[in-house]
Amino acid sequence: MNAPGLPDAEGVLSTLVERMSVEVDADALLVGIYSGGAWLAERLGAALPGEHPVGFIDVSFYRDDYATKGLRAKVASTALPFDIAGRRLVLVDDVLYTGRSVRAAINELFDYGRPASIELAVLIDRGGRELPIEATWVGARVAVARDLSIVLDRGVDGRLALSVEPAGGARA
Amino acid sequence: MHSPQLNAAGELTHLLTLEGLPADVIVRILDTAIPFVSIAERDVKKVPLLRGKAVFNLFFENSTRTRTTFEIAAKRLSADVINLNIGVSSTSKGETLLDTIDNLVAMNADMFVVRHAQSGAPHLIAQHLSAARRDHIHVVNAGDGRHQHPTQGLLDLFTIRHYKKDFRGLTVAMVGDVLHSRVARSLIHGLTTLGTPEVRVIAPKTLLPTSIASLGVHVHYDMAEGLRGADVVVMLRLQNERMGGAMLPSAGEFFKHYGLTAEKLALAKPDAIVMHPGPMNRGVEIESTVADGVHSVILPQVTFGIAVRMAVMSMLAGA
Repeated sequence: MNAPGLPDAEGVLSTLVERMSVEVDADALLVGIYSGGAWLAERLGAALPGEHPVGFIDVSFYRDDYATKGLRAKVASTALPFDIAGRRLVLVDDVLYTGRSVRAAINELFDYGRPASIELAVLIDRGGRELPIEATWVGARVAVARDLSIVLDRGVDGRLALSVEPAGGARA
Repeated sequence: MHSPQLNAAGELTHLLTLEGLPADVIVRILDTAIPFVSIAERDVKKVPLLRGKAVFNLFFENSTRTRTTFEIAAKRLSADVINLNIGVSSTSKGETLLDTIDNLVAMNADMFVVRHAQSGAPHLIAQHLSAARRDHIHVVNAGDGRHQHPTQGLLDLFTIRHYKKDFRGLTVAMVGDVLHSRVARSLIHGLTTLGTPEVRVIAPKTLLPTSIASLGVHVHYDMAEGLRGADVVVMLRLQNERMGGAMLPSAGEFFKHYGLTAEKLALAKPDAIVMHPGPMNRGVEIESTVADGVHSVILPQVTFGIAVRMAVMSMLAGA
């Protein structure tokens, strides 16, 4: 279930698929940012027309808050089962906020090679950017208080749902 | 008692010993090392975590391999690495350990990786830094005397978990020079903390510390008996350079009784793995056919060692 005031994640994902379907390159590679973006990339890979191999990226080693917050407790392995050099990439994330995760992801991607282009697809854009980064495709725009985080969860049935938690929590 | 390895927030700030290190901290180090393994397979084998940090490798005792793996780990984290072969510099001119440290602190060191012949030297450095309120400087023990070699213990644990998935239900046999082995001491503490039900040491009486049973291990003097049903066989290096007096009749005699041959390994489980911290003495602790055989995970240990050291350094520097 979605928290009150937040849109239905599955509905927003359908909108995002619709918007991307007509525009996305038929051979674009999808790279989901752990963990929410990884689930979304899998779903997009199956739903979008064309062949879209899916990879996953964990940006923990590239975050700019490492010096103050240290390494996060759970770091997943970046897994890109393709060569990105010369390819068109679509980065996928659940919530676009400050833009810092996307900055970290772009830096990490360049350590794997030089892609032809990188675009960005997000389920939710909540504003509040601290870097000059914008998404190519947005599922929905949502406004929430600064002290709250929007969190995407995946149920045992695979269905996605949105909720809010106090910022700075375990998942922040 | 407050562990000098953990800060007030319970984060790892120094790595001095595996003794008393909580299971959740050990597991977190092992988990953190997993994504670092894949860094080595990339085009650019570097992440920016320790960019701008100065890591000093202080080797008061020689060890090319350990120093090299720490150096690679620090460089893959983008740190600046300064190697000091102290054995042949300051100390020989009469400078004390803590004066050496103070000088390096004045050069803005962020981390010390310390190898010392004296047990407790890394601990002393950590205490000294804490007393001087230099809590932002971290210490990693890279082997102190006969005491501990925690990163080796951690990479051994990582290797065992990689191949065997779970410690519960495992029988681990350590063979050889337990008396002089800080590797054995670290691994025993780690295995016990993570709930390994059966840890055995196999050695002649002269190469066992008198207090060995208090570590919760089963002692075997007969190798065949000790290897029976083992999931993991850890061979220890015969530490010739540490051996004063006649603890052993000869290397040949040692191999006859405690060397690992294919024939003896057949007593362990069919899917047993064979480990060795290196450098190995072929024909003294281990037969070449075993060292190079299908059960051997000796070279993966080296690869995992870099990832584990990257995990430790990045956890410390972020604390």
